[in-house]
Amino acid sequence: MNSLRRILALIVKEFILILKDPKSRLIVVGPPLIQFFVFGYAATYDLKNVRYAVLDESRGALSRQLLARVEGSDTFELARVLSSEKEIDEVINLEEARILLHIGPDFERNLQGGQPATVQVIADGRNPNVAMVALGYLQNIVGQFNRVLAARGVSSRAGPSLQLVDRAWFNDNLQSRWFMVSALGGVISMVVVMILTSLSVAREREFGTFDQLLVAPFTPGEILLGKSMPGLLFGLMNALIFSAGAVWWFNVPFRGTVSALVLSLLCFIVTMVGMGLLVSSFSMTLQQGLLGAFVVMMPAVVLSGLATPIENMPHWLQTMDLVNPVRYIIVALRRIFLEGADVAMIWPQLWPLLIIAGVTLPSAAWLFRHRTQ
Amino acid sequence: MTNVVGSVAAARQDAVLSVRNLSKSFTAKNKAVTSGLQDVSLEAMAAQVTGLVGADGAGKTTLIRIAAGLLSPTSGSVTVLGLDSVAESIKIQSRVGYMPQKFGLYQDLTVAENMTLYADLQGVPVAQRSERYEQLLEMTGLAPFTRRRAGALSGGMKQKLGLACALIKSPRMLLLDEPTVGVDPVSRRELWKIVYKLVATDGIGVLVSTAYLDEAERCDHVVVLHEGALLASGTPDDFKKQMQGKVALVSPAAGEPTRPIYTHLASKNHIVDATIRSGRIRAVADNNAVNVVDDALPTGFAGTVAKAAPNFEDSFMLLIPRKGPQFQANGNQPALEKDIANEDVVVETRSLQKFFGDFEAVKKLSFDVHRGEIFGLLGPNGAGKSTTFRMLCGLLPASAGEIRVAGRDLRRSRAWARSRLGYMAQQFSMYGQLSVTENLGFFGKAYGLDRKRLRQRIDWAFEEFGLTPWADKAAGDLPGGYKQRLAMAAALLHEPEILFLDEPTSGVDPFARREFWLRINSFAQQGVTVIVTTHFMEEAEYCDRMLIMSRGDTLAMGTPAEIRALASTEENREPTIEDAFIALAEGQAGEA
Repeated sequence: MNSLRRILALIVKEFILILKDPKSRLIVVGPPLIQFFVFGYAATYDLKNVRYAVLDESRGALSRQLLARVEGSDTFELARVLSSEKEIDEVINLEEARILLHIGPDFERNLQGGQPATVQVIADGRNPNVAMVALGYLQNIVGQFNRVLAARGVSSRAGPSLQLVDRAWFNDNLQSRWFMVSALGGVISMVVVMILTSLSVAREREFGTFDQLLVAPFTPGEILLGKSMPGLLFGLMNALIFSAGAVWWFNVPFRGTVSALVLSLLCFIVTMVGMGLLVSSFSMTLQQGLLGAFVVMMPAVVLSGLATPIENMPHWLQTMDLVNPVRYIIVALRRIFLEGADVAMIWPQLWPLLIIAGVTLPSAAWLFRHRTQ
Repeated sequence: MTNVVGSVAAARQDAVLSVRNLSKSFTAKNKAVTSGLQDVSLEAMAAQVTGLVGADGAGKTTLIRIAAGLLSPTSGSVTVLGLDSVAESIKIQSRVGYMPQKFGLYQDLTVAENMTLYADLQGVPVAQRSERYEQLLEMTGLAPFTRRRAGALSGGMKQKLGLACALIKSPRMLLLDEPTVGVDPVSRRELWKIVYKLVATDGIGVLVSTAYLDEAERCDHVVVLHEGALLASGTPDDFKKQMQGKVALVSPAAGEPTRPIYTHLASKNHIVDATIRSGRIRAVADNNAVNVVDDALPTGFAGTVAKAAPNFEDSFMLLIPRKGPQFQANGNQPALEKDIANEDVVVETRSLQKFFGDFEAVKKLSFDVHRGEIFGLLGPNGAGKSTTFRMLCGLLPASAGEIRVAGRDLRRSRAWARSRLGYMAQQFSMYGQLSVTENLGFFGKAYGLDRKRLRQRIDWAFEEFGLTPWADKAAGDLPGGYKQRLAMAAALLHEPEILFLDEPTSGVDPFARREFWLRINSFAQQGVTVIVTTHFMEEAEYCDRMLIMSRGDTLAMGTPAEIRALASTEENREPTIEDAFIALAEGQAGEA
């Protein structure tokens, strides 16, 4: 009874402190909102509006038909039409266009005459990602054009006898936004939880109030519980709101169960609370706490598989990454949203989280009393 | 009403600072205007130390900041070395040495690097530097520590380094804002020696604000500010002349306890101030002190009352009007005659040691504290008293030895054992954003008080500490004295048996300090054991027993009378505790 009253007093105090401070209130709302829209709109691999230039020396009906196809796609945007080869260097060097299509003077003649015709494509290799993807799109367009020509009997060459028909599961149109946004709840809650908790103990140490807690009859476990609650609650709230936002705002499908979603987020947030409190217990000042939080967050996100696949990393890094909580929640969230996973299916992602929490939380509690000056 | 004591000298040629009808008001966010200074005029002369004294919120810091060109006056003018503080503030800043309360030392730079940094900022020519550094380092005694990080210096050494940095360009005037707050008596004396030397040899003018009235007494000229207005100014002698006959010294008969008489006198009308000095009670009355005191003394008093020579502190206490709820020690309460030595031991240490790396911060300390005793831990900065204190509270593990507080080692005992002690940290450690009521509510519940009990205790705290008008104010916005009251109320809410107070009176004005000790006294009489650290040596008089530490070791332990006896010499038959402390500390320094 006594202990309950103490813990309750502690939890109430933690919440009042966060809600009374305009800066803390902002931390709970601001960064999550910014991240949601930045990741949702900006972080995408789908190419749009790639500027290209055209040098059409053939000027025939067929070359215009091919160019119309390019122009008609969302991916490309015509930047300039060239009139001589001399302009090619300039247009690429000055980044006026990332792609140049050069159709030679004998394009039409060759095609009509049943000869293979070539289209020269020059891509700006300074950004290989864009160049590769854009070339892929162009190949598609040229392939389609070939088939149309064959069907019309213009080209005497039959299409390839073996054709690849591809189909992507879970994300039919391969929209990278689904891939990003489905995992956002994890990253957003991480930022809120890390900042709130990493500052909580450090702030009290800096202002001297932590000693006052330590001489009061609180056990380390009680302090831990009191300090965890705000991060837990605000983190979960943010993660759930933005998961809903993913579905209603960005139209990402939600195919799994809500219980799996809540459970995996809860496990993850408890783990992050442990990380945050550990950082905070090590820090003697607010500044150290905040710096510590960023030192943890940056690699955690980069190595999480949010943007780049973990399989691409060197082996030793992959092994180290096993203690990174963010990688587990990202896999879990994608499986819940896109694959339709339930609790049983995401269990392999949950138990590593619980093990990490089982180490960080007690260590943080131990440090409350043992990290002193 | 301005009550100017003595004659204000006609404006002389060598005034380094002249303040004319200066007013300054501050506008808060909600448009409320508070007045910082009202129509203040004063002058500071070259080759003189001018002291600025007053209680918290008197406007001392505001005045010094205006003189340094950091604030602009609302009306009136300040001229420093003939330069106007608004129009020519840049020139002033390059000719004046200014040392704010918290001097901006870079904690991670060494002593030498800090000095070089300030020399660069002040544009001191490189050719002059080595000579100037040598002078300053020699004067401040920092020469052996040039390679030490500023953050690793003791409080006193930091202030000396701050002073050295302020002096780096040989200024013609020095502005010092409470330079000795938080500095132990030995370092305090050294700091003042430096200032007086500069005044005598270089003829610079010094304007210094201070909360220590003994320091004010040694100034050439003193200005008393109160709530932004100039209350009086003159030489310390001018002030003292007005006090003739208003001070009495009460000497209790042999064996008669001093403290109950002191609490008794402090609560009487017409007695403006009562303090314990060298085992006697010094009482200031508004008139004819000996008669007033004679009438006020409890029946059966067997000692003597005599007229005493007034000092500046007496006149200061009489000058400043009191307001707000004053603590009234219950004078009618029968003075409990305690034989402390027979009470149970509530705190004991045996061969207590603490190492930080190789450094032995506390060396085999052993002492006992009995129930109902006020036990003082005294010593200069860095003596290990804070370390000892933190070990006793269970905030720091001991490296070796035993500690028992209320029969337990608090570090290893279960949480509920801590509910029997109250703790007040040196730094204000309430939640600044929470209101006074919320703070008290939180700490009450933290100690497991139930709803009804909590209500009772919070009501008690509001009444006892006069906190009612501040109930809904954020604790961080309280004035200094009230912050201290709140911290103490929070420490006492659960009625602890043992009260730990770490430097409770540091940075607090003389009124709050007196009130504080009266309170402590009354708690001790109710059987609360009090362990207190302080570096105000005159406060040691209020302790039953004290332990004086130096360099982690016991320098002396005993009652105030016993400690004073240690320093009794032919020349000084009635030494103060401070004399004793300095004699002991210097004696040890000589051995080492």
